[in-house]
Amino acid sequence: MERTALPRRLEWQLGQVVAIVDETPRTRSLLLDVPNWPGHTAGQHVDVRLTAEDGYQAQRSYSIASPPEERNVVLTVERLEDGEVSPYLTEVLQEGDQLELRGPIGGYFTWRVADGGPLLLIGGGSGIVPLMAMLRHRAAQHSAVPARLLYSSRAFEEIIYRQELAQLAAADPTLMVTHTLTRQQPPDWTGYRRRIDRAMLAEVAWPPSEQPQAFVCGPTALVESVASALVDLGHEALRVKTERFGPSGGTA
Amino acid sequence: MTSDEQHLDGNAAGGILGQIFAFEMTTAEVNCANCDAVGPIGAALVYAMAMGTIIRCPSCGEALMRITHGPQRFWIDFSGTRLMQLAATE
Repeated sequence: MERTALPRRLEWQLGQVVAIVDETPRTRSLLLDVPNWPGHTAGQHVDVRLTAEDGYQAQRSYSIASPPEERNVVLTVERLEDGEVSPYLTEVLQEGDQLELRGPIGGYFTWRVADGGPLLLIGGGSGIVPLMAMLRHRAAQHSAVPARLLYSSRAFEEIIYRQELAQLAAADPTLMVTHTLTRQQPPDWTGYRRRIDRAMLAEVAWPPSEQPQAFVCGPTALVESVASALVDLGHEALRVKTERFGPSGGTA
Repeated sequence: MTSDEQHLDGNAAGGILGQIFAFEMTTAEVNCANCDAVGPIGAALVYAMAMGTIIRCPSCGEALMRITHGPQRFWIDFSGTRLMQLAATE
């Protein structure tokens, strides 16, 4: 459906914050009304640009958390202590404010129900965001494409979308959600308590013979170790798509 | 090519490429002029700096594209790309 749109160049536009949802102590979701939004595919991102009074501009990329089926464009933003953009988005921006953005961007790290599966999603921290858009899209389409999510967080209270993930998994026998907590675990925690490694992937991921489509998103170190472990386990590199978080943009 | 420098995935260049080209560029298939490897820009390595963006071949590390931006202007060096295949929008 997205393909019927005429080619167009990306342009900056304004979205309005219609609601803000706290997700964890360090992350919150911004629900945006973007008047000329052309629609998007799960996994895509937007660039957000802030302009200071003196004209200085800072720009960052943020994954879209909402599925294409949802009217609002939702960004889930993690506050980085030394960040140039995220402190504004997570602490200053309020309902009713406007935000300059361009998108949707990227056709590579994307998944549609029609792309099939099985779907192997591996995320660390706020790397869950584009993966969540895929799971929300899959749920909105009542898709039975088998899906597994392996999600690494530092602590229980830092698991983004914790309740929604539990609800999705409880209602859907074809979806498996596995958590690992790398720094702090609740006393009754029975799940993994280490960084994602080859042994964990061998236990949780589909075997290479199933030819899963893998999407890996998170900090660079996690993405690189997971991607090479998957290839090591016999998964074809072409089917392992990665999205690293890190400094991006500058000014444009 | 060392991996000391922090790089991102090809997707991260989607914004600047989308500002210049009307086509979806992260799925464009590129032939590296240096090693002839073929792959989508989305799977390439992106080095984003204030002055611009360098997209490198994931196989050999050579620059496929260099995009520099200044006031009201882009400089685009595609000499590292031998061939590019784009999906036409119907």
